[in-house]
Amino acid sequence: MAQEKTYLFDRPQNVRRVLWLLYAAALLVLLLDLVVHRHLVHPWEGLPFFYPVYGFVGCTILVVVAKWMRRVIIRPEDYYRRDDLPPQPGGEERLP
Amino acid sequence: MITLPPFLLFFIAAAVVAFTRGVPRALVLVATPLLGALNLWYLPGDAAVTIPLLGLELELLRMDRMSTLFGYLFHIAALIGVLYALHVRDTLQQVSALLYAGSALGAVFAGDLLTFFLFWEVMAITSVCLVWARGTPAAYSAGLRYLVIQVISGLLLLLGVMLHWRATGDLGFDFIGTGQGYGWLILVALGLKAAFPLLHSWLVDAYPEATPSGTVFLSAFTTKVAIYALARGFPGTELLVYVGVTMACFPIFFAVVENDLRRVLAYSLVNQLGFMVVGVGIGTQLAINGAVAHAFTDVIFKGLLFMSMGAVLYMTGRINGSELGGLYKTMPKTTILCIIGAASISAFPLFSGFVSKSMIMSAALQENFNGIWLLLLFASAGVFHHAGIKIPYFAFFAHDSGIRTSDPPWNMLLAMTLAASLCIGIGVFPELLYAALPFDVQYTPYDVTHVLTQLQLLLFSALAFVWLNRQGIYPPELNAVHLDVDWTYRRLLPRLLRPAGNAAVRWERAGRRFGLQVIAALVDVVRRLHGPGGVLSRDVGTGAMVTWVTVLLAVYLVLSLF
Repeated sequence: MAQEKTYLFDRPQNVRRVLWLLYAAALLVLLLDLVVHRHLVHPWEGLPFFYPVYGFVGCTILVVVAKWMRRVIIRPEDYYRRDDLPPQPGGEERLP
Repeated sequence: MITLPPFLLFFIAAAVVAFTRGVPRALVLVATPLLGALNLWYLPGDAAVTIPLLGLELELLRMDRMSTLFGYLFHIAALIGVLYALHVRDTLQQVSALLYAGSALGAVFAGDLLTFFLFWEVMAITSVCLVWARGTPAAYSAGLRYLVIQVISGLLLLLGVMLHWRATGDLGFDFIGTGQGYGWLILVALGLKAAFPLLHSWLVDAYPEATPSGTVFLSAFTTKVAIYALARGFPGTELLVYVGVTMACFPIFFAVVENDLRRVLAYSLVNQLGFMVVGVGIGTQLAINGAVAHAFTDVIFKGLLFMSMGAVLYMTGRINGSELGGLYKTMPKTTILCIIGAASISAFPLFSGFVSKSMIMSAALQENFNGIWLLLLFASAGVFHHAGIKIPYFAFFAHDSGIRTSDPPWNMLLAMTLAASLCIGIGVFPELLYAALPFDVQYTPYDVTHVLTQLQLLLFSALAFVWLNRQGIYPPELNAVHLDVDWTYRRLLPRLLRPAGNAAVRWERAGRRFGLQVIAALVDVVRRLHGPGGVLSRDVGTGAMVTWVTVLLAVYLVLSLF
């Protein structure tokens, strides 16, 4: 059997490169904040690093709250199916 | 030259498609939106078509800048949709898709509320076929629930329109407002289809159950017609700002934990509609322009995302994030196209979402909705998180699922490429879109502050994703059902109503038994009265006859004696 082709992200160093690119870009826009004079409308916009902090903290809160919410709303995969639908004798339910 | 209302072409084409096969059908399908757009181009600005109906004038065609823009948008969406569905061999789907697109066009060009209502209902009936065409039991029951809610929306609209007519004697579709009771009825009817919070669950319930191509059509028309109607009937209704911001914020929490990637997109559809509803609620010229522009770009990038996920579903038969991953290896083109859609919905500079969403944000700041602006900013970061990163990441990267497939058929790729080109085209040349917006407002999306702040927001959201993933905080994709509002009418209400139902059955049985007893008693009485020997009986016994003869003879004897 032929060895399967190695794809782009099968090499860990390529994944690392993408991540470093992201870190570098993030650092760049962070430093630009110090150089560029932004025009402000909202009172909070003037805070240093408002947008980066808001984005990072916002997303973290989003995920943490969503995880907590999931504990309340999660149900087994067949929660609706087992009562709503007739049993599927061996049939694959998700056909395209 | 005759004035042809845009919907008519689609309705005629649907009839032709029903009776053709193969290449002629494909030609009709592709030619319809192209010819329709050409027709729209040549329609004079004051074109109008009216027909009399029972003493009313129905305005089938009324052109203004807003309806024309939505008209072009729906032609583009229809073209992308039919291209994407060109390989489908299913008359039901193709006919109903054309009728659905046609009725959406009819609704946006409707000059009066009654015409609007008629097309509103045709949209409901034709769109449900796209859900049912999936052919699974889940699609069937989701389609039924979808249809019931769409019909409820239609009935509310009809009631509101009738009251409106009685109050004003006018059916014209202009500003309605919430000053009168009928305004509220119409607002709720539109809100049902615009997926207002708590009224949204039909969308996330039914859209992911439709066929891969059906969802592309569904995502384009119903909700955008509702946004169009809100922008026409309820601009500047402040309540809509708060409704809209709720819509923009709450679905992202569901989207983060949802496993079915098309359902994630359905939640993000509600989230994007929230931005548009906020724009309508603010109601300034810039805000309305922003809402309409965002509807325009959303149809295309959301269509692109639904198409890429539809392609994954079509090629692999799977759509759950937990079962996918590593597809970039064998679906590279789809991956790139999906990332373009993801960048557009996340509003990266040079992509279409950036030039439309920012108008709404700017309008919110101009009108001093500072808290709303902060929440919208949070929603923007959240969009990037769940639609911009999660969708491509879990489908095409993440852990290798071992699935080896290939890119979808050429027509699907062509449709996605068309949508992706529009996403980038609008992002790079926003003036083209801005020139067609309802109001002439100067707006420049590309200035240093705006580009920089948006990049800061997005890149640090991405960092948060990476960090959460590395820390193992990010919730894993689980094969599970996550409850939403539809639980109330699928489980809670039936459960609450079950005792009432049981009581009703008991009462009904007891009532029936009592009725049967009454009838039996009645029959018995009648039998006794009318039966042999009964007082009222016609069948008199021989004994009685003899008695009466004897009596007669006795009377006769007595008389003859005197």
